[in-house]
This record gives sequence, C-alpha cells and structure tokens, in this order.
Amino acid sequence: MTKLVYFAWVRERIGKAEETVELPDTVKTVAGLLLWLKGRGEGYAAALEHPHVIRVAIDQEHVDHAARIAGAGEIALFPPMTGG
Amino acid sequence: MTPGVVSTVRVQAEDFDIAAEIDRLTAGRGDAGAVVTFTGLCRDESGTLSALELEHYPGMAEAEIRRICIEAAARWPVTGLTVIHRHGMIRPGENIVLVVAVSAHRHAAFDAAGFIMDFLKSRAPFWKKEHRADGSSGGWVDAKETDDAALARWDGGDTP
Repeated sequence: MTKLVYFAWVRERIGKAEETVELPDTVKTVAGLLLWLKGRGEGYAAALEHPHVIRVAIDQEHVDHAARIAGAGEIALFPPMTGG
Repeated sequence: MTPGVVSTVRVQAEDFDIAAEIDRLTAGRGDAGAVVTFTGLCRDESGTLSALELEHYPGMAEAEIRRICIEAAARWPVTGLTVIHRHGMIRPGENIVLVVAVSAHRHAAFDAAGFIMDFLKSRAPFWKKEHRADGSSGGWVDAKETDDAALARWDGGDTP
C-alpha cells in the first residue's frame, strides 16, 4: 500500500487531501503513477489534465517524473510552488 | 550544517519579531560583521485582496528549507541563518517570510540571503490562494517563470 498526499489545486480537484492505494505492478515510475491516477475518475482527470506541470515528492524529497516509485512510503502531488 | 553555523528553520502561523531573530543570531558572539535580513510581505496590488491563504506540506516544507540552508552554508562563510515562513491567512501588509543571514563580511550575507529566497520560492512546498475583499476566491496564485529563471544566476561561479 502506498500513501498519496495532495496539495493546493491538486487536492481541491481530486477532492481529498490523502489516500492509501494499492498500486498495480505495472505502475513503476512517477509518470506511470500520474497516468494511472488520471484514469480513476473525473476529479483525478481534472487535476492531472496537464501531467507535466505536476510536481512530485517521494518521502518529502523532490523527484522528476522518471523516478521509480518502488519502496516509496509517501508520494505527494502538487502544483508548482508559490511560497516566499 | 557546517560546524559553528547556527541555523533555525520554522514554519508557523504566528508573526515573527525581526529584531529578536537578529539578536538570537548575534548576541554573545563577536564574529558577526554583517547581518542581512529579507522580509517578504503580503502585497495587494489592485486593492481587491482580502488575504492570502498559505498552504504548506508539513514536514517537507521545513526539510526543504533546511536543505537550502545547508547548501547556502556550504557555499558562503555564514555564521548564522534563520528562515521563518508563515502559513494560514495573511492579510495585506503582514509578514510572510523572513530570512536572516549573518557572516563576518557583507557579501556572504547578501548572497546567502538571496540564494535562500530564490530557491525557497521555487522549491519549498508552499502555495498561495487569494481571497478577495468581495468574499470571492481569487484562486491559486500561478508560479512565475521568472522565479525559475532566478535560480540560473546561482549556477556555478558564485562560490567564494
């Protein structure tokens, strides 16, 4: 099981702040995860309409979309950051 | 963190006291010759903003800012760094973020503070949502490409 957490408009469009999912064996990378999530319903499709803009962190560290997700405890999806 | 560097990272709802934060880094030690502070405020350009709502990723926000501070301390001979970032509802004119950099000489303090702010804007997991004075939501603030471009000036060649 993998914990997914969402922030800002990704959270709003998906409609929840976090969830725990059983990922299929075919999902091996961040890009694969985004594609798989996109097919889970309307909110996911809206949040992940432009997957290339989505930023991802695995266990609280930034990763790129080619990163492998094996062993990940917590995967976070969020928009580009606007702090400061 | 480099030995001797006092580093504090806080993510909090409360406001901060700039003078107290400077004092925390300089009191009782004579090696500080320069203190640079940067304060980012909530800005209302058009007069229609009621507040900015700052969302963050608890745990990662602190960890990412700490990673940026470690990088800054490795590049410049700073003796102290403090970064405080607020979250929650922040009204125009109120503080959002504070960076304090202390070093023996001014250039290291200026550069470390600028470096930390540039990386914080693009890499620390915070998001701003606008709340309008008429009660409507102005939506999420878009990231600026100029913020990403600002990182380029720190590529190589800036190490002391």
